[in-house]
Amino acid sequence: MNDGLLSYLLDGSNWQFGATGSIPSLILTHLWYTIQAVVVAAAIALPLGLYIGHTGKLSFIAINAANAGRSLPTLGLIILLVVLMGRGFLPVLIALVILAIPPILTTTYAGIRAVDPAAIDAAKGMGMRPMQVLFKLEVPMALPLISSGLRNALLQVIATSTVAAYVGIGGLGRLLVDGIALNAYERVVAGAVVVAALAILVDLIAAVVQRSVISPGLTGRRVTRRPTKTVPAPSTSPAPTGQPGPGTRTKAPTS
Amino acid sequence: MIQYLQNNGPVIQAALSQHVYLALVPVLLGIVVSLPIGYLAVRFNFLYHPLLNLSGILYAVPSLALIVLVPSVLGIRILDPLNIIVALTVYTVALLVRVVADGLKSVDPLVAEAASAMGYRRLRRLVSVELPIALPVMLAGLRVATVANVSLVSVGALIGVGGLGTLFTRGQQLNYAPPIIVGIVLSVVLAAILDGIIVLIQRRTTPWVRAAGRIAS
Amino acid sequence: MKKKNLLGAVGVIGVGMLVLAGCSDPTESTGGSASGGDSETITVGSANFPESELLAEMYAQVLEANGVDVKRSFNIGAREVYLQALEDGSIDLLPEYNGALLAALSDDGAPEGVTSPDDVYDALQDVLPEGIVSLPQSEAEDKDTLSVTSETADEYDLETIEDLEPVADQLRIAAGPEFAERIQGIKGLESEYGLTFKEFVPLDAGGPLTLAALTDGDVEVANIFSTDSAIETNDLVTLEDTKQLFLSENILPIVREDKSDGTVEDALNSVSEALTTENLTEYLAKVQVDKQDSASVAKEFLTEYDLL
Repeated sequence: MNDGLLSYLLDGSNWQFGATGSIPSLILTHLWYTIQAVVVAAAIALPLGLYIGHTGKLSFIAINAANAGRSLPTLGLIILLVVLMGRGFLPVLIALVILAIPPILTTTYAGIRAVDPAAIDAAKGMGMRPMQVLFKLEVPMALPLISSGLRNALLQVIATSTVAAYVGIGGLGRLLVDGIALNAYERVVAGAVVVAALAILVDLIAAVVQRSVISPGLTGRRVTRRPTKTVPAPSTSPAPTGQPGPGTRTKAPTS
Repeated sequence: MIQYLQNNGPVIQAALSQHVYLALVPVLLGIVVSLPIGYLAVRFNFLYHPLLNLSGILYAVPSLALIVLVPSVLGIRILDPLNIIVALTVYTVALLVRVVADGLKSVDPLVAEAASAMGYRRLRRLVSVELPIALPVMLAGLRVATVANVSLVSVGALIGVGGLGTLFTRGQQLNYAPPIIVGIVLSVVLAAILDGIIVLIQRRTTPWVRAAGRIAS
Repeated sequence: MKKKNLLGAVGVIGVGMLVLAGCSDPTESTGGSASGGDSETITVGSANFPESELLAEMYAQVLEANGVDVKRSFNIGAREVYLQALEDGSIDLLPEYNGALLAALSDDGAPEGVTSPDDVYDALQDVLPEGIVSLPQSEAEDKDTLSVTSETADEYDLETIEDLEPVADQLRIAAGPEFAERIQGIKGLESEYGLTFKEFVPLDAGGPLTLAALTDGDVEVANIFSTDSAIETNDLVTLEDTKQLFLSENILPIVREDKSDGTVEDALNSVSEALTTENLTEYLAKVQVDKQDSASVAKEFLTEYDLL
């Protein structure tokens, strides 16, 4: 029975690039929809999250967005928008964006709020203006949480956009919906395996990107470029009494 | 819309009660199943990563697929609500195992040692010390799982068993918005209520969290 | 931490589980008068389109009026799915279409030359699965059609499905996903009519998405059901099925033999006798166009024809 169930997945003719309805073309369509949805959602949620996190106003929205968003039934939202707006990808895109915004918004807000106030103080003490504090300090320090929110949104969209096939949208959901309609479970299995594999793959890539983008100071990653021996700090003013300047502190690597 | 509500009371009610049933049972089953698994993942370190990876993979499988494939794997009749329940239990377990494991891991080993020193044996230590400390994290995860479940039940409508999801498919077939809106609203309200219940449980069983918060602020 | 609070929480969860386990699944019995202790519950199912639900609702209500206990399980899916539900006992009764069922149950589509309603009914008896019987059919029919807009019909000079043959490769067709693999679908259109369409767009069988795709011009041909009032409203042209691929499609109840008795049969027969293609179309429009719920419309129908 298992051979039967895996037959669609393992059938070579379903994997030809370029053929309509082939698994690779469905994967590409699926990814394209996902990217559009996450990019639009990020374009809305990131600035909003940064603003709310930085100023502290309207925090109620950001804190509860994730929970509220999670409770929205994807299928219902997609169908509602299609009924109201007609066929096509636009209503589905809007629905997916609505679903992707909450995780990004909440984690961006949380990330900004979690920045060590002492560091913010130090930055202000160094003369940074608010915008500089935001972008040069808060954002980089909040990156771990922000990027985890983005990863979360990506995964969510990849998995839940499969139901959109019910209203005629392409992508890997087609394998599921058509498989159900045709009572052809091999297709459903193929769809399930490919979506899961795609989600995991995308998540792994995102993890790699995340690690390379986030400052090593936060992740604790050793950066071997920096020498680990003592480096005298440059003295900013001549020592008036000939004593050594404020410089001979050991500069330990931040690991 | 008013007319729709007036004429379809029984249908909506039936859909709602089925939905509640299909959302709650997987949560309860999920708790029961994930507690021991999560504990094992922490107790035996070599199990931690495999179990969590497996959970991650299961969570990545789209819900529609899981709901449809369960009958083939388990040989259940196709329309049996058990399909939805088993599929959603799998999801809940996948999510909760990580939460339980991380929650237990977050217990300060010094505290555990202190408990052992006081004479607590392993099981009692687990129940009296480690679980309570891990409770906030686990309850937070439970909130997420419960709310997600409420949303996922409606996907079952695509195979004819979907609680409030049947309102969605009916609305789609007739190109008619009111049932869909009613379904979405009820779904969100249900999720909010269940979430609130868990928050209440959280406050009753972990009073020290709020106290700590008050002290810290 | 008070141990009793944790135990209390665990206790609540435990009790909750016991209660739920004891509770019967609320999907059971949404209606039905209490009948004698021996009579079994009949589960009425329907396919995933409004007409099927309307007919199933009629069956359910007339059975209830005759003292039978009924459970409803509507909106299951396309034939490929609900037949399975029927065979494994998840549902006991549903409204079907004789030709479509015959084609679905026969290996290569319906046998040659079997086209008249009576012929189809007889042929159907040979292919019905074990333990499943069909009750007498109605004269009411609802056929799968290939429909085009009147503009398209004028442009390509289309009156019958055969007329599609020279131009099919320029045309896109929309139907439900299951249409792609059916004899009474793409497969049969290829083998019987020699049609190879430019593109097959999977939407909803005879539903609003398919209709919209047709009227918006996203496809040129669509699978619309013949009782759909949208055909008239939108001035659509139904292409004639000259080769009788879609046979006749009389509506008939399909039921599990062990659930069917005299009462059940008489009740269902009364519905089948009262149904005509015209009144079905008329009442279906109340559901599809006026958005009335199928339970009220079914009740209206049954009252009108004195069946309750």
